[in-house]
Formats: sequence, structure tokens, C-alpha cells
Amino acid sequence: MSRPKRQSAPTGGLPPLKPSRLSPRDILGLGAVGLRARRARVVLSALGIAIGIATMVAVVGLSQSSKSDLLAQLDRLGTNLLTVEAGKDALGQEVRLPKSAVAMVERIGPVQHATATGNVDAKIRRSDVVPEERTAGVTTQAARTDLLTALGTHVAKGTWLNEGNERLPVTVLGSVAAQRLGITEPGGKIMMNDEYVVVIGILGPVELVPTLDCVALVGFPAAERYFRFDGHPSMIFERSADAAVEDVRAVLARTVSPGAEGSAKVSRPSDALAAKAATDKGLTTLMLGLGAVALLVGGVGVANTMVISVLERRQEIGLRRAIGATKNAIRLQFLTESLLLSAIGGATGAVLGAAATYGFALAQGWTAVIPPWSLAGGLAATLLIGVLAGLYPAVRASRLHPTVALNAI
Amino acid sequence: MTTSTPGSAPVVELRDVSKAYAGDVHALRGVSLTVCAGELLAIVGPSGSGKSTMLNVIGTLDPPTVGTVRVAGYDVGGLSDAQLSALRSRHIGFVFQHFHLAAGRDAIDNVADGLLYAGVPRKERRARARAALERVRLGHRLDHRPAELSGGEKQRVAIARGLVGEPDLLLADEPTGALDTASGEVVMELLHELNAGGTTICVITHDHEIAGSLPRQVRFRDGEIVADSGAKEAKEAKEAREAQQGKQGKQGKQAQQGKQAQEAQQGKQAQEAQQGKQAQQVRSR
Ligand SMILES: Nc1ncnc2c1ncn2[C@@H]1O[C@H](COP(=O)(O)OP(=O)(O)OP(=O)(O)O)[C@@H](O)[C@H]1O
Ligand SMILES: [Mg+2]
Repeated sequence: MSRPKRQSAPTGGLPPLKPSRLSPRDILGLGAVGLRARRARVVLSALGIAIGIATMVAVVGLSQSSKSDLLAQLDRLGTNLLTVEAGKDALGQEVRLPKSAVAMVERIGPVQHATATGNVDAKIRRSDVVPEERTAGVTTQAARTDLLTALGTHVAKGTWLNEGNERLPVTVLGSVAAQRLGITEPGGKIMMNDEYVVVIGILGPVELVPTLDCVALVGFPAAERYFRFDGHPSMIFERSADAAVEDVRAVLARTVSPGAEGSAKVSRPSDALAAKAATDKGLTTLMLGLGAVALLVGGVGVANTMVISVLERRQEIGLRRAIGATKNAIRLQFLTESLLLSAIGGATGAVLGAAATYGFALAQGWTAVIPPWSLAGGLAATLLIGVLAGLYPAVRASRLHPTVALNAI
Repeated sequence: MTTSTPGSAPVVELRDVSKAYAGDVHALRGVSLTVCAGELLAIVGPSGSGKSTMLNVIGTLDPPTVGTVRVAGYDVGGLSDAQLSALRSRHIGFVFQHFHLAAGRDAIDNVADGLLYAGVPRKERRARARAALERVRLGHRLDHRPAELSGGEKQRVAIARGLVGEPDLLLADEPTGALDTASGEVVMELLHELNAGGTTICVITHDHEIAGSLPRQVRFRDGEIVADSGAKEAKEAKEAREAQQGKQGKQGKQAQQGKQAQEAQQGKQAQEAQQGKQAQQVRSR
């Protein structure tokens, strides 16, 4: 400005001239003046911020909800289940697990429970009208009656195998197997090789071991009797105390196939779920990036609105300077307006994002999780944008010369 | 605000004030002017002669290029922008030709804004705004927005905003310029009333009738004061005041007052003579 800045020059015996401070309430009121006069524009420019914040809150909320759902699932299913599969030896020869494998595993100290399934060579068809080659991708396995206890699941419909029916030609279908065979209710019959077998139950999805979804399970004795099953298990399931899982894992292969331990494959099914909980990160980051871009664009919109607001309100600025507003007061007024504008957008966005999270989580059957830090982060981003977008217009407004502003048309 | 007769302490003192704009425009050339508390003066002159420029300089909205400006006793040249703002908020009121009211806000809010920067709490601002509106006879239009007011009413709201802070000085730049004759008369009546209540007022006007009705006229041409019906008066009043300081207070004051009455009479005759001249000028233009 043309006049050199002087701080509190002496006023020669007269009372000192000191500009009064505006109360917080007056500052808010000043900030709202411009917003009230131009509602449509306020809504549109706040919308940009709202979309950005909503995206970010929803992305964080959804990824957290899905993660917490997976973790809850893990919690429910437990992480102490280990499986051992028969593999191939160095020569590519199939190595069978011994019939006594389950008993051997149960003898390992920390092991609480062990059970098994075995591959049965029986082709499955819906009925004898269907040619034997068309098996619908469903295979047969023999299962011990305590399998479901080890897996921590139940039949969705009908009953499970028990001591009474494990020798009879009855089967329990995995959820996908039932679907492929077109069976929705227990009670019907399917063909295994040339035997008619009664479906007595249908499993729900087996979350820990999804391969079991595609099989038809029969009792060990029944498999041996009707389908020439040799009684060798092909997969052992074992649960132990949580703390001992790694110890058990170390000795499991050696226990079930001494001498050929390299061939037996030991795995921990819960690892797959845990990995899934971690894998969403990439997508979440991408979506967060998109939200940040939307927020940036929203910020530019607010800055644009503020610049226009200052241009349109030069007369008001001139008048305020005439009635005693300091440059500071003008700057504060427009900065507050910009902050309010983006705060309106931010609050709307947070509500929209939370609502979207609740809606989607409800549809997925998850419990909605909206981490407080995402809301706090959204608020901080909003305020930051409000300041950044408002700073330049506010400084411009404060630098307007009072007489020029008053005469502006 | 203390009620004071013309001739007491000066509210405005311009000494050899010049204002030049870029492009070699000399809006003011060595203007000296003293306005004492309680005066009501008209500033007249052709368009572009520097009237508004001087009012802006007096109102501390625009600094002079050279010269000293004193308002309410403060030497304006030595003050920071914040101090000038404080000076305006407490000592100077403005009235503009085009009102400058906020469209979305009612009369009370508009008037209360006149106190916003003077540190008056909100409740008191509103109470005083109501009183000011009643003073300009708009007690029945308190919650009307500018769009719901006539031009004359709008200007009265603007005047209420200018006077709500009880300033030492009210500056009005063509307050009747946008009004019809009847509304203009009401506004001028109001300014007379306020002046009678003690407010010092400077009015820029193009209306000769209005100018003639005011106690003192300052005539501008090409950035210079070419006639000032109150200059001699003011000078003599100052001399009388200085003389009075030496002598007995009471006697001196009485003498001064008598003299003033006499001079006021003379001033009026001078005004009437000027009015005739002005009329001639208008015809010749
Ligand atoms: N900001 C400015 N920049 C340059 N020149 C200016 C500026 N403001 C005023 N002027 C010039 O200064 C001169 C005086 O202007 P001013 O506004 O004081 O006139 P005025 O007497 O008020 O006229 P009117 O009666 O038409 O309002 C004019 O020649 C004008 O063009
Ligand atoms: Mg003018």
C-alpha cells in the first residue's frame, strides 16, 4: 500500500486509537453473511467438498468394516486348525497317509482333536439318465463323523453323518455341490457310480476349507463297503492350543508320514482369511486417492466461489472499511466464509459417507465400522482446504482500496 | 456527544492538502479547510472538481499526496491503517449517494453494523440501532429489508447507520442525489435536525436550493476552494477563542456569541448572493 505501515503512532494526548476485537460470534456472523445471500452457489460449491469427504469416509469405513468382518470370522473359526494333505514323493509317486494317521496325530501332546477325510473314487450323477462322464464337477469324499466339530461348522439343512448312518448309502452335500446337482432340500437321491445314495443333509459354506463345498461326503464304513475305498485318509484336520500351533506344525509331517515327510503338505487354512483381510489395501489406497482428487477439485471450487464472492462484494468491502473494519477484519470475514463453506461440505460429506458405509455393510451382512480417525481426518482436511482456498481471496479483499471498492459497480 | 455551538474546537482541519492521481490528475490543489464542531456545511462545485476526493480525504479513506489532515484532533498522516480504521469506527459516520445497504438484511441489522467495528456488544448494537431508526422516523420499518423500502427510506436507514455510533463528524456524499425532491427534503430536514442535536455534518450536493439552505458553503473548482462563506467566520471565531483564553472566560464568550449572531446574518446574505450566481452558472452550462 502507498502508506508506510506504522504501529500505534502517538496520538498527542488524545486517547489512543486501538481497533476493537470482534467477538467469535460476530466473526461467525460475518462469515455467514455472504453464504446466506447466495444459497444455490453455496450448495454447489460445498457439494465438491462433500463428494470428496464422502468418498474418503466411505472407503475407509467399508474397508474397515470388511476387515473387521473377516477378523470376526477368524475369531469365530479360530486360527488353530492345521491340515495335512498327502502329496507326491521325489519320483512323482502318490504317497498315501497311513490308516493310523489320525491316531498318530492325536498322540502329539498339544493336539486337542484330529479327524480326516479320504478321496473316494466314485462318480456322481444326478440320476441314471445322465451319462457317467458328466459328473457336474462334484467329487466324493469319505468323512469321519467328527469332521464338522473340527471345522466349527454345521449342516445348513438335514442331518450330519453319525454312528448310526455312516455305514449306510447316505451322503451330505457341500453347498456348491448341492447347487450344481440342483438339490435344495435333503431327502432326494443321487447316483454314486451305480449306487443310489440318499441325500440326508446339505452343508453351509465351509469358510476355512472351501474345497469341501464341492464334494459329496459319505461315511468311512459306507465308502469302504459300497465304493471300494481303501480307508487311507487323504487329508488330516487337527486343532491344538493356540500357543502350540507352530510346535505342532513343526512335527506334523514327520508324524503322519515318517520317512517321507517332504511329501506331506501342512497348511493353516486361517492364513488365507488373514491374507484376505490384508489384501484390500491396494484398492483402498486407490479409492482414497480418488477421494483426495475429488477433495482437491472441491477445494478449487471453493476458492473459485470465494474469488467471485470478493469481486461481487467490493462495495460491501468498501462500506465495511468506511464504517471501521480493519484489513484484518476483512481478511477474517472472508477466511471464515471460506471455512464455513468447506465445513458445510465436509459435514455433509461425512454424513453421506457414514450412511453409504452403513447401507453397504447392511447389504453385505457386516457390522458397519466407521473409525473416528477417518472422521477427524476428514474434518482436518476440510478445515485445511477452507483455509487454503480462502487465503488468497481474503488477502485480496483486505487489500482493496476503500474508495475504489466503494465506487466499484 | 456534547452539544456545542459552531466556533468550538475544530473537528476537521485540512492544511495545504493536495491529491494527485496517476496520469497527472490533480484532484485537490492546496486545499485548506477548518470545520468546527457543530457546523453544517455544504460542499458544492462542478462535476470532477474534487468534492468527493476531499470528502474521502477527510474521512481517512484516502490519504492526501501532500498536506496535513486532522480529524477529531488526530493527525491522520501519522496513523497506521488499523488506527485509521479505529478512528473511522468511533469518530466518523458516512452516508453515500447509493446507500450501500446489505440486501439480505433488515433495517436493524444494517444499522447495527455501524457499531460492529467499534467493539459494541451485539445486544447493545441492536438496541442502539432501534433508537437510531426511531430518530430518523423509521420506527415502523425496523424489520424491513432494503428491497421493501422506498429510496428515501433507504437513505434514512443509511443515515441511521452513519449516526448510530454518535460520530463527531458525519460525511454525506450527495445523500439526495438518488432521491426525488420530496424524499430529498425529508433527508435534508433530518440532517438539519441532527445538526441541531450537535452533530458536525459535511454534505456534498449539486442542488443549489439545498446548498443555499445550509449555514456554510464551500465552493470547489478544479481542485481548489474558490469560495467559502464560513472561512472568515471561522477565522474570527478562532481569534476570539484565543483572545478569550487571556481574558475573563464569561465576558469573552458572551462577546463572541453576539458577534457570531451578527456574522451569521451577514453569512446568510452572502449565501443568497451566491445562490443567484449559481443559478446563472447552471443556465450558462
Ligand atoms: N481513483 C482515481 N484515479 C484517478 N483519477 C481520479 C480518481 N478518483 C477521482 N479522480 C479524478 O479526480 C477528479 C476529482 O474527482 P471527484 O470524484 O473528487 O469529483 P467530484 O467533485 O466528486 O465530482 P462529482 O460531482 O461528479 O461527483 C476527477 O477529475 C476525477 O476524474
Ligand atoms: Mg463526487
